[in-house]
Amino acid sequence: MASSVVLEARGLTRRFTGVLALSGVDFRLLAGEVHALMGQNGAGKSTLIKVLTGVHPADAGELRLNGQAINPTSAADAQRLGISTVYQEVNLCPNLSVAENVFAGRYPRLGAAGLWRIDWSKMERDARALLARLNLDIDVSRLLSSYPVAVQQMVAIARALGVDAKVLVLDEPTSSLDEHEVARLFDVLRQLRAEGMAILFVTHFLAQTYAIADRITVLRNGERVGEYLPAELPASALITAMVGRELGAAAGRNARTTETAGAVVLEALGIGRRGQLSPLDVTLRRGEVVGVGGLLGSGRTDLARLLFGLDQIDSGELVMDGAPVRFDAPSQAIRHGLAMCPEERKHDGIVAELSVRENIALALQARMGLWNFLTPARQQTIAERFVHVLGIKTADLDTPVALLSGGNQQKVVLARWLATEPRVMILDEPTRGIDVAAKQEIMNEILRLAREGLAVLFISSEMDEVVRVADRIVVLRDRRKVGELPGDSSEQAVYHLIASDA
Amino acid sequence: MTMRRLSSHRLFWPSVALVLLLGINAVFNPGFWQLQWRDGHLYGSVIDILNRAAPLALVAIGMTLVIATRGIDISVGAVVAISAAVAALMIGGELVVKDGVQTHVSRYPMSVAIVGALVVAALCGLWNGLLVAKVGMQPIIATLILMVAGRGIAQLLTGGQIITVYYAPYFFLGNGFLLGLPFAVFIAAVVWGTVHVLLTRTALGLFIQSIGINPAASRVAGVRERLIIVCVYVFCGVAAGIAGLVISSNVKSADGNNAGVLLELDAILAVTLGGTALTGGRFSLAGSVLGALIIQTLTSTIYSIGVPPEVNMVVKAAVVFAVMLLQSPEFRSTVRRITVRPATGSAR
Repeated sequence: MASSVVLEARGLTRRFTGVLALSGVDFRLLAGEVHALMGQNGAGKSTLIKVLTGVHPADAGELRLNGQAINPTSAADAQRLGISTVYQEVNLCPNLSVAENVFAGRYPRLGAAGLWRIDWSKMERDARALLARLNLDIDVSRLLSSYPVAVQQMVAIARALGVDAKVLVLDEPTSSLDEHEVARLFDVLRQLRAEGMAILFVTHFLAQTYAIADRITVLRNGERVGEYLPAELPASALITAMVGRELGAAAGRNARTTETAGAVVLEALGIGRRGQLSPLDVTLRRGEVVGVGGLLGSGRTDLARLLFGLDQIDSGELVMDGAPVRFDAPSQAIRHGLAMCPEERKHDGIVAELSVRENIALALQARMGLWNFLTPARQQTIAERFVHVLGIKTADLDTPVALLSGGNQQKVVLARWLATEPRVMILDEPTRGIDVAAKQEIMNEILRLAREGLAVLFISSEMDEVVRVADRIVVLRDRRKVGELPGDSSEQAVYHLIASDA
Repeated sequence: MTMRRLSSHRLFWPSVALVLLLGINAVFNPGFWQLQWRDGHLYGSVIDILNRAAPLALVAIGMTLVIATRGIDISVGAVVAISAAVAALMIGGELVVKDGVQTHVSRYPMSVAIVGALVVAALCGLWNGLLVAKVGMQPIIATLILMVAGRGIAQLLTGGQIITVYYAPYFFLGNGFLLGLPFAVFIAAVVWGTVHVLLTRTALGLFIQSIGINPAASRVAGVRERLIIVCVYVFCGVAAGIAGLVISSNVKSADGNNAGVLLELDAILAVTLGGTALTGGRFSLAGSVLGALIIQTLTSTIYSIGVPPEVNMVVKAAVVFAVMLLQSPEFRSTVRRITVRPATGSAR
């Protein structure tokens, strides 16, 4: 390829309170390419992006943009230089119009030196033009919140393009998009690539990497493992590069026989809630993993919320060990031995400013009540055990959990529940947004616990995962149950069931 | 290095502010640190400050817990007035003189009156807590209702009059001395000690912080966040009720209209001066007590060094502003950047 190097980094090093987050990383980004940055959680992807975009200064190493040494001191500074970033969480203002979001902070003004009022018509015109570049024809005067997440993502990209961007950095842009939306985003990326834009793309999805990337850089433990062409790097080799060891064949159901499935622990008889879930039956048995198959909005999360007492059922009943139970709040469900890893880790899972230790002890302490206090020393013992068992990477147990990488945060939430020694574990998207190895570790741990007699309800939007681990699959569509399939069904069978009843 | 460790302690800057204020006092008011031992009591400006800061510290302790749960309680001033009115009413306001000697008569036994006042204060807190946790109102609006209505209730109770208390044993709360120190200081110390023990020997501290940082996640983790929020508002009400007793005992009367006026703002100020953020989560009980001492010392200083009364609020505001700036890490790092840069030379 004849394209030139736009952005080049040499020997980037960055420490956080003594921990080496980046260690002498070399990196180059060419004009007109989509470059995938891959690595496990904590490999240094986010740090690298933050150094490239001026959020964190590098401790050592140099950065060149079109051959000129640069030293961006803030994200705004980097953006002025032509390096624009779209972060993982769409950070736009839902209560402003699309046009206002695109030009937030740099509204076109009228009058001499822009002292007069905002030029609304120019702003909307320019916003429309920018979005047209992304093949998006929407009413830019409407509120951002009136558009789906995929469109909001496009608006975020448009915002990044608004300035004369030469480099576009996308930090996990696809984690909240469905397949169709991803395809649409990729169309846009291909077009920008054709225009000569250099695009850095971070994702956890291997399939997406192979679908769009022209080049792959893999990081591990803050170091660059290598730069590859997708065609020369099969998926297994990519995973090995990321993990640093051969992944064992995905441990699955087969490791275990269905005979271990024992007595019924929790039985839901016709439970439902108006507007959320039509009445349905679900049975959870000891040592059994029940998968929930269904598309986004099919009622998967609603089922979890109803079972756990986060929302109250208005029909049917829950039976535990043969006796009816009623959960008006999660605390009651927990007392009966239920546990739940919620879908929104940041919103419903971690308590960001509390330490790893306190986060792990929280649910157990809540179940033990106010007076039966786990002293910091006992919290420490419990936390130490689970940090070890789950391989949580943290500087120490007093580190605020917010400073951990996504996968490790998820492990902390999992540890919190394991500490309560639950009988029923509800997992709502436990592996979303975390890397392959952490995913595998979490899945292995769940399967191990199931073998020891835990009843698991497993919800995931990644159907291959559901099919692989579940002993039975409850299939939902449009907030109702459309059937149950045995665990060894194929993904196609699940999709077929979802589609057939339509 | 140890200096850096010390200065990063969350109580460092409030302590510095208090020490500076005390120092200024010592310079402008030579008698400031003098203590006198009279009739088995200690007298002096410092003792005076401690005594007067006690009610504010009590209210600030309750306010700290409320703020830690992301809430706020602006009704505490009104609760002070209500509690004072209930206590004064139950004790009674008659001057009975028998054979030329005043005899102490109270309508109900004093203990009953005190418990009665605190029960009413607890009910006020319960009302606030239910509005916030069960009805789901914004804390500032929920407590605004009682802030406005509470004054009316207090005045209804007192019939719009200032009720004077003639029952001498009641005066001990706000004027008495124990072991040479004002009794009110012991009341504040006991309340602080009790809360401190609850926070460090039970899971209360963990739960309150967890709720303040992330209420949704706390609920999912099984923390009974609504119950705890209600309890925290009840406690805040009781703390304000105790402060009301101390204040009314100190002035030997209950004034529904003026008791505890603007106390809620001083209490919120004390909490923030102590380093607790209004956004909830991490909090410091000791910091709030320090904050109360800063405010009272400042008030005393303004009077003792002879700031004209018409500008004393401006002076107070200026000092509070300066202390808040000192507390802000952003401000300190800005100052450090400006002052340190010439020493290290320019980067390029």
